[in-house]
Amino acid sequence: MTYTPPLPGTLVRTERVPGARHWSVELRRDYALRLTDLDGGANCAALFYNSRNFLERYNMADTLKGQHTAFLTRGHCLYSDMGRILVSITQDTCGWHDAFCGVGNAALTAARYGALNYQQARNECHRNGRDGLLVELGKWGMGPPDLVANVNFFSKAAVDVTGDIRFVPGHSPAGSVVALRAEMDTLVVLDTCPHPLDPSTHWQPKPVQCEIVYVGPAGADDPCRLSRPENARGFDNTARYHCQHDHGRQREGPHA
Amino acid sequence: MSILASRLDPVHAVFQCDVPAGDAWLHRLAAGQTLRMLDLEGNQAVDTLFFNAADPAERYSAQDTIRAQGNLYLTAGTQLLSNEGRVMLTITADTCGRHDTLGGACAAESNQIRYALDKWPMHSCRDSFLLACAHSRGLLTKRDLPANINFFMNVPVTTEGRLSFEDGISDAGKYVEMQAAMPVLVLVSNCPQLNNPCNAYNPTPIRMLVWD
Repeated sequence: MTYTPPLPGTLVRTERVPGARHWSVELRRDYALRLTDLDGGANCAALFYNSRNFLERYNMADTLKGQHTAFLTRGHCLYSDMGRILVSITQDTCGWHDAFCGVGNAALTAARYGALNYQQARNECHRNGRDGLLVELGKWGMGPPDLVANVNFFSKAAVDVTGDIRFVPGHSPAGSVVALRAEMDTLVVLDTCPHPLDPSTHWQPKPVQCEIVYVGPAGADDPCRLSRPENARGFDNTARYHCQHDHGRQREGPHA
Repeated sequence: MSILASRLDPVHAVFQCDVPAGDAWLHRLAAGQTLRMLDLEGNQAVDTLFFNAADPAERYSAQDTIRAQGNLYLTAGTQLLSNEGRVMLTITADTCGRHDTLGGACAAESNQIRYALDKWPMHSCRDSFLLACAHSRGLLTKRDLPANINFFMNVPVTTEGRLSFEDGISDAGKYVEMQAAMPVLVLVSNCPQLNNPCNAYNPTPIRMLVWD
């Protein structure tokens, strides 16, 4: 029996990730992960790996320098270290997602919010982004060396002319959405701890809704493909990885 | 941007070598030793990573470093932090004034994206890093290559969030010095990039000096 993809736009899975929790999903090519900041003020740290070879992974530097940007929004692509596009940002109501602040650790969480362990608080204990990502990476056989520079969706850290970094509170209103379309089969690893520069000392980590939607391949006029000449080459390189032509990829199937 | 000259005299250095462009250099520093990188001819990118010599899983973290100091650029006074949040080295002198840690290393693959798909056969920093890993007797592998520092590179970010490799602000004879707070392995690729005007398409040697 041949595989028949669903109709574009078909929602195939929904998961609500509470605040300060970790989660991962193997996102198949042509499916999108749609993240929603349900309450406003969420932070979603994210890492991306080639599902077939975890040594190929999201590369902050190649992503930023290739698109001449220090932040991420609609039209940008998230590149691996192998010159290929793992996911592209097809929808974004937020306008700026932090790409350079990383995640907090146990010491930072204890200093800002106070230490509160599981014995004391059960599942309301104070967690940290680094340990959450490490637990999730461990499920896939990965560990500390695989924890590379991450993206923080829904968070903005502005930069002034001297390079000083300033966290922007209230950047993401309730209902903010960002959608990531997989251009190759991609393992997505998430953590929803507060942004490491969020100055609030009130522990109130926010939930993120994760939806998997079938969206189909990027067309010839796709905004991510056309946003920069580098991205046209990125889509081409990714098609080469799949041993396929690009140029507005067409594939067999009922919706091709 | 701060300019701070060194008081160290090269006559008293315990180690000195020149690293040609296109070469990797892996060197162990004891805690307390100071490393100077001297830009011999100007605007040469020195792609650099640091590892805890006793446990290479602890390594330089660009994100932890810039978050902790609240600033994107590295200069005198910057504490170079590990992925475990510990100080690995401190920049103790800097006559260039500003160094990049967002732009990363050039690679065959990123050259394809940035310049043209047929650029992949050109030499790159990532190839130099991987060669150093291959000769490290199992100490380092590709997994151990995170976002690096580009000493002497000028990669400004605008208030609108635009990032670009600009013409260098370094010059012949400028240097940066850093003192190790723990025993560290220094992994350098002296950048062979021929596609970017930031080094005037002319990769040049770098001098390394170490003091106790």
